[in-house]
Amino acid sequence: MTNEQLIAHLTSAYPDANVKQGSQYPEITVSHDTAHALMVHLKSDASLAFDYLVCESGVDYPAFMQVVYHLESTSHRHFLVVKANTENRENPVLDTVADIWPTAEFHECEIYDLLGITFSNHPGLRRYFLDDTWGHPLRKDFKDDIHVVER
Amino acid sequence: MAEIIEKLITTDEIKTDEYLVNIGPQHPSTHGVLRLLTKLEGEIVHNVEPHIGYIHSGIEKMTEALSYPQIVHLTDRMDYLSAHMNNEAVCLCVENALQVEVPERVKYIRTIFDELQRLASHQLWWCASGMDLGALTAFFYGLRDREDILDIFEETCGARLTLNYSVPGGVMFDIHPNFQKNVKAFITKFRKKLPEYDKLLTDNIIFQNRTKGIGILSKEDAIAYGVTGPTGRASGFSCDVRKHHPYSAYPYIKFEEKMGTEGDSFTRWKLRMDEMWESMNIIEQLIDNIPEGDFAVKMKGVIKLPEGEFYQRVESARGEFGVYIVSDGKKNPYRVKFRSPGFSNLFTINHIAKGWKIADLVAIMATFDLVIPDIDR
Repeated sequence: MTNEQLIAHLTSAYPDANVKQGSQYPEITVSHDTAHALMVHLKSDASLAFDYLVCESGVDYPAFMQVVYHLESTSHRHFLVVKANTENRENPVLDTVADIWPTAEFHECEIYDLLGITFSNHPGLRRYFLDDTWGHPLRKDFKDDIHVVER
Repeated sequence: MAEIIEKLITTDEIKTDEYLVNIGPQHPSTHGVLRLLTKLEGEIVHNVEPHIGYIHSGIEKMTEALSYPQIVHLTDRMDYLSAHMNNEAVCLCVENALQVEVPERVKYIRTIFDELQRLASHQLWWCASGMDLGALTAFFYGLRDREDILDIFEETCGARLTLNYSVPGGVMFDIHPNFQKNVKAFITKFRKKLPEYDKLLTDNIIFQNRTKGIGILSKEDAIAYGVTGPTGRASGFSCDVRKHHPYSAYPYIKFEEKMGTEGDSFTRWKLRMDEMWESMNIIEQLIDNIPEGDFAVKMKGVIKLPEGEFYQRVESARGEFGVYIVSDGKKNPYRVKFRSPGFSNLFTINHIAKGWKIADLVAIMATFDLVIPDIDR
């Protein structure tokens, strides 16, 4: 599908979600409670068939946390960016997508480690890079008195 | 082989207790500081849990305090064997966001450097994984030939490993007057040397017994686990970014995306050997046709990206490298995420090493071509 067709298809299937053309790829923004169902659909629908999770990243915004999924279909070769917002910033929780794309299991551990977003139903959430004495460094309010010198 | 292993696992009379072995963090076959917590029964691997973070440098956090030209210099500390591709990814991302069109000359130079870097990386992979499997002679052959490429790099940009050659808007310096002559001389020489590599290892029966049919990764699993690069292509997953999302001078040239079907260690090995031939073909198509012109366009002193999100993917020597920049219009990015190929590739190891022997685990690791700073970032 071309980007325009993809946007039209998603707008008709998800009238509540925010679908738009981003700077490069079509983007769809959903809330935390509908994200998992949407992504099950994106993978299983034969005309979409997003079977390859390219990249999963977390972003810290002032009001909420966001997890960004870059998806590609290896059969149709179209590309989509899904953004899932958490309910709040203090206690960010999202459903895991490790049951849809196994690679998400590891990307989610990284996001949990660096941003502190918890993924429910995750098979083994653990910190990858840092030990438990650290906070979550990629959060904007992270303060490290020992390793970071403020100018 | 698989039946024998299956029988050994299920037969009760030879059953021993499971025990844990730490492979690494300081172990030659983990290629850096990676710890594999391996659950063994006798020699048979039941579970592998990779533990990373020993050289986590927080590059993603550091980028939030740096300007875009500075970020470029950090990226070649991640996957140091694909330094130029990483630099290029950030540069392309910034150029696309600002809608800057770089001169044709820059595109050609960058692509030639990409392929030289891929050759150098595959040479080092070849010799180091030969050493993992107990063939020490390979190490000297690989390093000998890699030296020629590093000399070419040094002549043009002054660095051998962390090149820092690409900058947003072009390349840092023009190519050295001897560049084309030396690259052509290297290709001529290496075309004669590469068959030696096959004679030394690929055709060796001991080597083949250790890799053929070992550690099979199916195409479905490769896609599901996001395994890219030569490792993914050996399983039949067509994932070459150069082909599917061409950048720089790749749209202008003819090349073949090398593919395998078996997905075992030997196919991964063979595929990288084929890629070296293909890289030389790509360089030969470009080296005589570098257009005249500027080697960079003038960029603003302080580069500010427009508000928004930008994603750029390139094919590094290990697979798909991605840069995701979230910008809020300032000179520093709001958030940068590096999608490193090694991270996704490494974590399939538990899936494919289960049921194989511990020596096979080393063969699987060797053909995965892991660079640990790329995973830890």
